[in-house]
Amino acid sequence: MDMTLIENVLAAAVVAGTPLLLVALGELICERSGVLNLGQEGMMLMGAVAGFIVAYVSGHLWLGVLAGMATGVVMSMLFALLAVTLAANQYAVGLALTIFGTGLSAFVGAGYVGQTLDGFGKLRIPLLSDLPIIGPALFHQDALVYLSLLLFAGVYGFLRHTRGGVVLRAVGESPESANANGLPVMLVRYLAVGFGGAMTGLAGSYLSLAYTPMWSEGMTAGRGWIALALVVFATWRPERVLLGAYLFGTASILHLVLQGMGWNSPTELLAMLPYVATIVMLVLLSRNPMRTRMHTPLSLGQPYRPSR
Amino acid sequence: MLSLERRAVDSRLMTYASPFLALLLTLVTAAVIFAFLGRDPVAGLRNFFIAPLMSAQGWAELCLKASPLLLIAAGLTVCFRARIWNIGAEGHFLVGALGASAVALSFGDQEGFWILPLVLLAGIVSGALWAMIAAVLKTHFHSNEILTTIMLNYIALNLLLFMVNGPLKDPQGFGFPQSVMFGDSALLPILISGTRLNISILFAVAAAVVVGVLFARTFIGFQLKVLGQDPRAAAFAGYPARGLIWFALIFAGGLAGLAGAAEVSGPIGQLIPQVSPGYGYTAIIVVFLGRMRAIGIVLASLLLALTFLGGETMQISMNLPKAMTGLFQGLLLFYLLACDAFIHYRLRWRPRQPVPAVASSTSASTAQASTGQVSTGQVSTLVREEA
Repeated sequence: MDMTLIENVLAAAVVAGTPLLLVALGELICERSGVLNLGQEGMMLMGAVAGFIVAYVSGHLWLGVLAGMATGVVMSMLFALLAVTLAANQYAVGLALTIFGTGLSAFVGAGYVGQTLDGFGKLRIPLLSDLPIIGPALFHQDALVYLSLLLFAGVYGFLRHTRGGVVLRAVGESPESANANGLPVMLVRYLAVGFGGAMTGLAGSYLSLAYTPMWSEGMTAGRGWIALALVVFATWRPERVLLGAYLFGTASILHLVLQGMGWNSPTELLAMLPYVATIVMLVLLSRNPMRTRMHTPLSLGQPYRPSR
Repeated sequence: MLSLERRAVDSRLMTYASPFLALLLTLVTAAVIFAFLGRDPVAGLRNFFIAPLMSAQGWAELCLKASPLLLIAAGLTVCFRARIWNIGAEGHFLVGALGASAVALSFGDQEGFWILPLVLLAGIVSGALWAMIAAVLKTHFHSNEILTTIMLNYIALNLLLFMVNGPLKDPQGFGFPQSVMFGDSALLPILISGTRLNISILFAVAAAVVVGVLFARTFIGFQLKVLGQDPRAAAFAGYPARGLIWFALIFAGGLAGLAGAAEVSGPIGQLIPQVSPGYGYTAIIVVFLGRMRAIGIVLASLLLALTFLGGETMQISMNLPKAMTGLFQGLLLFYLLACDAFIHYRLRWRPRQPVPAVASSTSASTAQASTGQVSTGQVSTLVREEA
């Protein structure tokens, strides 16, 4: 492999990993508060379609991004209403959100299939982008990739160094004792779910405004689910989410690389790679159930029911 | 202020009223959507939910669409009752269709009464084998079954696309990704002549009956229920959790595989990439809406079959996107889960009062019990919850 190929692969892996990173960071915060939202796929599709339509109609890409995020927040509030306030089964509500989002996005976007727009272009950061190997991957990307890195830094710092991070973790570990200590459990969970929604909506609009600037039904192709697996893989730690997202980005573009190297395997078989990789990773990680349990937020998936 | 209050006893009324309430809310929302789109809401509702049923042909189509849903839902019921969150029915279905097609195509135009049973068996076995992947991942590697079954769905879809573009592709198909048509001996017999309704509806009804009997009469059904309600109790009782998980997943995989086989050897008659309009996912809604009971899933599969027909009717008669189907299905599930919350809770108007510091029902009761402040009402609530 020559240098340009490596550089191109790395750059493409970062682009392919960015939506995964965004969703997984959002879900990470959400799960740290003890709420398991399986609706990522549906929220992401809604973010993608809303982002595309608004950008297409208004002609402003950033307006599209905002619309995608807002849509994600609205969807996640639907989830929170049922799963947090009404203490409904989080698995079931998450699935409902995905089924609903898949249907609604296909319905809303039906008139926009086949339309295209000029998506986010690459911005070259002077000097840094000339670095060998990592230069093009990290410093010659679209604006949203830079934004995702900033968001990563924000989430990392928030969990590590702020009081808010401590509160979030306390609520996720034991809502009962958090409440006994006067922490607003419900509010924290709503905020965490909402943040997850905003990030997922952003990831969706990244797909329809930067990755492939168009809308097609079901265009997320399971990325929301892969991101969920990624959070497990990362054992709820942001730095491992970052690493995992780019690893997965690499797995999902591997078929392009192999084709570039003259391998002529059927595309459908190569397209299975990210999903196979996800399963392999889940197996490797959950083989030892103790290890997963040690890192899982204790109240994850269990609704909190205040008495009365 | 208006507040939610946990009921002392789950509301039986709401358990059964909730699906109907959810349907009503979906219909109201549908009417609002039609109005919003500038269409006559009444005509819209009529076209979607009633027009498909105005002919005998329509009813036959309804049963045709309901049978894969019911087959899959019957299998999923066994999983969900045991709280095995198998989302992989779509994959089982696709692989079942693929296995059945491979066998059907291998016979070409040969004739024989034994071909069709073999085709259906191939579907069942393929679906079950596919489900066994998730079973082994769950029981031996402790992987979350939701994530593994979802990934397996995408893998199954790509496998199907590969086969239909490769080994099973019709060389005379003008480049279309589809197989040759099956021989007559590989096709399901038609139940009512003049319609497309075939005998797969009988399999579906039989599957629902089996599930009903399983949970009402058999020990394995009882064990599954206990496993779902309290895995620790199941472990103390010595129930074989692994075996039960395998049973539930193989059962679900086999039935979804049969549904896939019945689809390719029934109305379609060949293998195409669009074998499933999302039956595997819709069947999840069927199970919830049907309250995980045999009669319930029969009715719910008919209703959701209607949403498929309604979507097609709307596309033709009112020029609206076929995706309405998915939209209504999602709405229905959402409303259902919202209404279900009122099985456990009720809305109460009460004056605002300071909230005690300790809150969860268990910790609150222990804390209050130790300070001797438990009211009789709370005690009776606790007793009833524990009973």
